[in-house]
Amino acid sequence: MAALEEEFTLSAVPLGAGPDGLLGVEQCDKTDQFLITDGGRTVILYKVSDQKPLGSWSVKQGQVITCPAVCNFQTGEYIVVHDSKVLRLWTNEDVNLDKVFKATLSAEVYRIHSIPGTEPLVLFKEGAVRGLEALLAEPQQKIETVISDEEVIKWTKFFMVFRHPALIFITEKHGNYFAYVQKFNSSVLSKYTLLLGQEENFVIQSFTASLDRKFISLLSLSSDGCIYETLIPIHPSDPEKNQQPRVVRSLLLKTVVSGNARNALSVLDQDHVAVLGPPLPASKECLSIWNTKFQTLQVSKELPQGTSGQLWYYGEHLFMLHGKILTVIPYKCEMSSLAGALGKLKHGQDSGTQTMPHFVNWETSQGYGLESKNSEPSKRILRRRTIEPSVQPEVPASQQLLSIIKKDSEKHIEIELRKFLATKRTPDFHTVIGDIAIGLLERCKTEPSFYPRNSLMQLIQMHVLSYSLCPGLMEVALEKTDIQMLQLCLQQFPDIPEAVTCACLKMFLSIGDDNLQEIDVNMESVSDYSDAVQDEKMEEQMGILQNGFNPEEDNCDNCDKELSKKPQKTVEETTSCPVIPKRAALLNAVLHSAYSESFLLPHLKDIPAQHITLFLQYLYFLYLKCNENATMTLPGIHPPTLNQIMDWICLLLDANFTVLVMIPEAKSLLLSLYKFVKSQICICSELNKIEVSFRELKKLNQEKNNRELYSIEVLELF
Amino acid sequence: MGEFKVHRVRFFNYVPSGIRCVAYNNQSNRLAVSRTDGTVEIYNLSANYFQEKFFPGHESRATEALCWAKGQRLFSAGLNGEIIEYDLQALDIKYSMDAFGGPIWSMAASPSGSQLLVGCEDGSVKLFQINPDKIQFERNFDRQKSRILSLSWHPSGTHIAAGSIDYISVFDIKSGSAVHKMLVDRQYMGVSKRKCIIWGVAFLSDGTVISVDSAGKVQFWDSATGTLVKTHLVANADVQSIAVSDQEDSFVVGTAEGTVFHFQLVSVTSNSSEKQWVRTKPFQHHTHDVRTVAHSPTALISGGTDTHLVIRPLMEKVEVKNYDAALRKITFPHRRLISCSKKRQLLLFQFSHHLDLWRLGSTVATGKHGDTLPLSKDADHLLQLKTKGPENIICSCVSPCGSWIAYSTASRFFLRRLNYEHDNLSLHRVSKMPACLRSAVQIMFSEDSTKLFVASNQGSLHILRLLEGSFKHLHTFQAQSGTVESMCLLAVSPDGNWLAASGTSAGVHVYSVKRLKLHCTVPAYNFPVTALAIAPKTNNLVIAHSDQQIFEYSIPDKQYTEWSRAIQKQGFHHHWLQRDTPITHIGFHPKRPAHILLHDAYMFCIIDKSLPLPNDKTLLYNPLPPTNESDVIRRRTAHAFKISKKYKPLLFMDLLDEGTLVAVERPLDDIIAQLPPPIKKKKFGT
Repeated sequence: MAALEEEFTLSAVPLGAGPDGLLGVEQCDKTDQFLITDGGRTVILYKVSDQKPLGSWSVKQGQVITCPAVCNFQTGEYIVVHDSKVLRLWTNEDVNLDKVFKATLSAEVYRIHSIPGTEPLVLFKEGAVRGLEALLAEPQQKIETVISDEEVIKWTKFFMVFRHPALIFITEKHGNYFAYVQKFNSSVLSKYTLLLGQEENFVIQSFTASLDRKFISLLSLSSDGCIYETLIPIHPSDPEKNQQPRVVRSLLLKTVVSGNARNALSVLDQDHVAVLGPPLPASKECLSIWNTKFQTLQVSKELPQGTSGQLWYYGEHLFMLHGKILTVIPYKCEMSSLAGALGKLKHGQDSGTQTMPHFVNWETSQGYGLESKNSEPSKRILRRRTIEPSVQPEVPASQQLLSIIKKDSEKHIEIELRKFLATKRTPDFHTVIGDIAIGLLERCKTEPSFYPRNSLMQLIQMHVLSYSLCPGLMEVALEKTDIQMLQLCLQQFPDIPEAVTCACLKMFLSIGDDNLQEIDVNMESVSDYSDAVQDEKMEEQMGILQNGFNPEEDNCDNCDKELSKKPQKTVEETTSCPVIPKRAALLNAVLHSAYSESFLLPHLKDIPAQHITLFLQYLYFLYLKCNENATMTLPGIHPPTLNQIMDWICLLLDANFTVLVMIPEAKSLLLSLYKFVKSQICICSELNKIEVSFRELKKLNQEKNNRELYSIEVLELF
Repeated sequence: MGEFKVHRVRFFNYVPSGIRCVAYNNQSNRLAVSRTDGTVEIYNLSANYFQEKFFPGHESRATEALCWAKGQRLFSAGLNGEIIEYDLQALDIKYSMDAFGGPIWSMAASPSGSQLLVGCEDGSVKLFQINPDKIQFERNFDRQKSRILSLSWHPSGTHIAAGSIDYISVFDIKSGSAVHKMLVDRQYMGVSKRKCIIWGVAFLSDGTVISVDSAGKVQFWDSATGTLVKTHLVANADVQSIAVSDQEDSFVVGTAEGTVFHFQLVSVTSNSSEKQWVRTKPFQHHTHDVRTVAHSPTALISGGTDTHLVIRPLMEKVEVKNYDAALRKITFPHRRLISCSKKRQLLLFQFSHHLDLWRLGSTVATGKHGDTLPLSKDADHLLQLKTKGPENIICSCVSPCGSWIAYSTASRFFLRRLNYEHDNLSLHRVSKMPACLRSAVQIMFSEDSTKLFVASNQGSLHILRLLEGSFKHLHTFQAQSGTVESMCLLAVSPDGNWLAASGTSAGVHVYSVKRLKLHCTVPAYNFPVTALAIAPKTNNLVIAHSDQQIFEYSIPDKQYTEWSRAIQKQGFHHHWLQRDTPITHIGFHPKRPAHILLHDAYMFCIIDKSLPLPNDKTLLYNPLPPTNESDVIRRRTAHAFKISKKYKPLLFMDLLDEGTLVAVERPLDDIIAQLPPPIKKKKFGT
C-alpha cells in the first residue's frame, strides 16, 4: 500500500523562487544529496536526510540561470547553464561560479540531462543533442536545427534503455504535440505525432514517462484533469519509411485533478503515479498517489499553501514547493492487497460528467462528520443551481438543507430535497439521509401542522433508511394514520421493533373499509383473490385431500354436529377473501416483516378479539389458497409464504386463545383449525406406523440377503 | 492367479464391548480407551491409529474413569472402588489401590499431573498425591450428599468443579471446602424429571464451568458467582460426555442419541474481541449413547455403546488435506482373535471368557468363480471352553495338528490336550505349568506341533517341548537387558529353527531355536509392527507395519531381500498406503514360495513377488474380472498385488492348503443386532 510519510522542509530560508517556481531538482553522485536550482541565480546542494544545505553557488548579478544544474556522475562535477548559452562546470571545492570553467556555446541550451552510468547530454532548443565531452572539446561547433520553426520543446526525459541512453522530448506546435525519441547507440531520431483523441481542445499540463520493456510509457495530464497514457516504441518498427508514425493516447485515470490550476504528474513505479493539483476547482491543492492498475486513490495529502505545479521524484522522495518552501515528502509503496486498494474509492457511475466528485478520504471525513469536504461536491452543484448568493461557501449541502428544513415551507423543502437527492451519493449518504429525516421529524414534533409527507416518502424510497436511522418516523406515521407510508416502511425497513409492527397491524385491522378505499396502497403482494369464479373452484378442490386435510372429514365426533348444521357457511367463510384487497396488501406487508416470537407475543394480546378473528380468517383463507397448488405457494409478485402464514396463525392463537374461545364469531374458525391440526396429527401417526412397518420389511429383506452363517464359495483372483 | 475354495465363516459371534472412557494424551499423541468389560486399549494416533497395546479386562473391574498423569502414566478407576495404574511397558497392572469411598464414578488428574482426584459413590472427593512409584492418599474434601459423577480441575489447579446429582459443587483445593453449589434445573422441556444427573463438567481458565446433564442441557456457569450464564438444549436425551480443547476455544459433547456436538468460541461479530460459545457442528457417527468424548488438537474423538471408536478430524485444524484428514471408525481389535489348525481344519475363536472350537465343513462339488457350493458336511461346533474366574482371555492358540489348545489370562496359563477318537473328542488338562509361565501375551505353536513358544508379559520368551500329554520347559530367552517391553507378536519358521518376536517399539528380534540364542535384530522402524511371519523354505521374515509398509528380511542372510529393496525403492501404490486398517495376519502358499497372503479388515491380498510391482498409474484393485481382453493385455496390466474385497469385515484369513482359503467375517449388522436398541427417534411429527 502506498503511503506518504511525514513531510519535512528543506530550506530554512525561502528560496528566491520566481513566479514559475524552481528550475529543477536533480540528483547528485552521492546518495541523499540533491542539487536545487531556483528560478534566479542560485544553485544549492542539499543533504536531504540532514535537511541542511551543503553548498550554495550563485551567478553574477545580471546573469540568469536558464537550465537546472546537474551533476556529472562520471566526474562528480556540477554543470549549469546561464544566459542560455554559457556552460559552467565546477566541483564542491569551488566557491565562486565566476571563476570556474566556462564554455560558451553557439546555440541556446534547453536542458542538460545527466543520469548515472553515462555522460551528460545537452539538449538544444532547436532539438539537437550533443554529448557533453564532444561539446566541451569544441564548444563553438555548429548545432543543427531538428525541429521546425514554431515548435517548442515542452518536456524532456533521459533514460537508459538496455544500457544505451535514450532521450525523449515532447514538442508543441499550434496545439499539436510531437514526441521525439533519440537513441544514441544507433543515433536514430524517431518522431511521433501524439494524437490526443477527442479531447483535442485540452492542453497537456504535465508529462511523465517510464520504461515498460519495449515501450516508453508516456503519461500526460491534460487540463480536463485526466491522465492519459501513450506507448511509444523504443525500437521504431520501420525506420526507413519517412512517414511520421502516430501514437494514440489512451485514458488511464479520470478526473484526478481539476484542470484549471497548474498541475503536475510523476510516475512513481509501475502502478503508481503522483498527482499534484487541486482535486476540485475550489479546493486546495493536494498531492495524491493513485494506483493506475486498480484506478484507486491510495493516499492524498493536502497542501493548503499552494504549490508551483512542479513535482520531482527521486528514490523515495517527492519534492515540491509548498508555498515558498521546498518540501520533501518521503513516499513508500509496500505490497498492497486488493481490498486495501479498493477500499478508498467508490467508482462514479456517471461517466461523462466533468463535475464528477473526486475521491473520499476516510481519515478526514471521520473527524468532521457531515462538515467534511465529502459533501462539497453536492454543495457546489447546489450552489450553481440555486440562485442563492447569501449562502456561505463552506457550509455543506446537507447542512443547508437541514437549515431549510427548520424554517421553510413544505413545498420548498420538497423541491430542495429533490435537488439534493439528485446529486451524487457520497459514502455517508445514508447517514445524511437519516439526519434529514430526523430533521424533518423534529419539526413535525414541534409543529403539529407540519407533515412533509412527500419528502419523507421520497427519503424512504431511497432504500437506505432503516428504523434505527430515523426512530420517530413510523411513530409519526402512526399518529397521522398514514397507511401508505406505514406500508412503505414495513416493506423497506429491516429492523422494525415488534411493538411498532403490532401497532401497524392494529391500525391496518381497525381502519374502516371506506377509509381504505381512498388510500393508495401498493397492491403487488395481493394477487387477484376475486371470489366469484373461484368459489366453485374451491369447492372442487375440497374433494382432493391437500396434505391430508379435509375440513369435511367425518372423524371429528362432537364438533361435527355443530359444523354439519351450517356447513355451507363455513365453506363460504373460508373460500372468499374476508378482507378487501387493499387491506390484504397491508396485512401482507405485516406478514413479511421480520419479528421475534417472544417479543411479538405480548403485543398481539392488545389487539381486539374481533380484529384477531378477522386476521385469522384472512390467514386461514391464505392457507387454503396455498393448498390450491402443489408447490404450496400463493400467486402474485411477492406473496406471503406458507411458513409465514403458519407462523402467524400459531402466534395469534398462542396470544389470544382464551379470548378467541370465548367469542362466538371465532368458533367456526377455531373448529376448522382444530380439525386441520387433528388431521395433521393423524397423518403423522400414520407415517410413524408406516415407518415401523417399513423397518420390519427392511429387516426381512436384510435377512433374505444375508447368506447363511457358513458356506463354501469359489473365488478366482485375477 | 488361481482359483480357491473359500470357507466363508460368519458364525464367529464376536461382539466388541462398548466403549466407556477415552483419554487423550497430547504429549505422546496416544489415546487410551477403556471398554465396559474392563479392557483398556492404547491407540497410537501418530502411527496410523494403530492399537499398540491392550490390557485384558476383568469382570469385576468396570472402568468408569480413565486419565493420564505426569510422565505418561495411565490410571483408571471403577465401580469396584479401586484405582489402578497400568504398566505400559510390561503390559501389566502395576498396582491397584482401594479408595475406600465405594464405587468410583469419576477421576481427574491435576493440570500439573502430580495429583489425582476421585469422586466416589458416598459423595466424597478424595485427593491423591502421585508419587513416582505409587499414589498416596492425601485427604478428603467436604463430603457431598450424593455420588460425584464428574470432576474437572481449573487449569490453575486451585479449584475443581464436581458434578453430582442435581447440583455442581466448586471446591477450593487448599481448604477442601465447597465454595459454591450451583443447582441445576430438573425441568426438562417443561416436564419435571426425577433427577438431573450431571454427567460431565469442564472448568475453563476464565472461571466458566460447563456442565452437561441428563436433561439434555449444556450449561455455562460463572464459578465466581455461582450463577447460570447460558443454556443450550442440545438433545432430548442425556448429554453424557464433554471434552474441552487445550486452547479452550472449542469443546465437544456427546449425547445418548448418538450425536456429537461441536461448540466453538466464536467472535460475536467479525473483528470484535467479544466472543461467545456457539454450537457449530453436529456429527451423527454413532447409533447409540456416546459415553465419552475427547478433544485432540486436530480431531474430535468419541466412543460409546455401539463399540465404535470414531476419530473425526477437524478440517479447519488439519494442515495437509490428505488421507489422514479422513474420518476413522475403529470397530475391531487390531490383533488376531482366531487361530486355525490347517491339518484338521479347525478354527479356534477367542471370546473374552470362553473359547470356541469349530470344525469346518467340506464339499465335493466344484464350481466356477462366484458359485456357492453345496455342502456335503456342515461346520461343527466341537467345543466350548469356559475360563474360570473373572479374568478375560488375553490370547489363545490351537496347534497346527489340532491336538493342543493353549490360552492365557492375566494370571494363569492354560494348556489343554485334545484327543480325537473317530467323532468323539476328549479334553485333558495339562497341569503343573512351570512357575515362570504365569501369563502370556502371545502364544505360538511350531509347525510340527512339538514346540510351544510363549511370550510372557515381562519381556521374556519361553520355549516348551510338547510330548504326548505332557511338556518340558526347554529354554527362556530373557528380555534384552534394561527393557521390560513385552513381545506382542511372535512368528515361527515352518522348519522350527527360527523364532521372531516383536514388541511395540523396538525392532524385531530373531532367535535361533537350535542354538538357543539371539540370531539378529531387524533394524527398528518408526511405526509399530502389526503382523509377522516367516516364509517356508527361504526363511524370509515378512513384517507389516502400521503405516502399511511391508518389509521382507532374509534371516539367514541377515539383510533385507532384493524384493523388499525393490518395493521400498519404488514405493507402494498410494491406494495401498491409504488403507484404514492394519494388516493383522500374514500367510504363505505351501506350494508357491513367491506368494504372500495378507489381510486387513476390508480386503485380502496375495502378493506374487514374481510379477512387476504396480506404480501409481496402474489400477491397484480391479473388482471386475477381465472380460474380453486378450492375454497379452492381461499380462501387461498384471501386477504383484492381487486384491479381493469380497469378504468384509474380515477378521481372519488363511490358506488351509494350496487351493482352499478360510475367511472369517463378522458383518456389522450382526453386531448391531446384538446391541441394546438405541433411543428411538421419531421421524415424523415432532
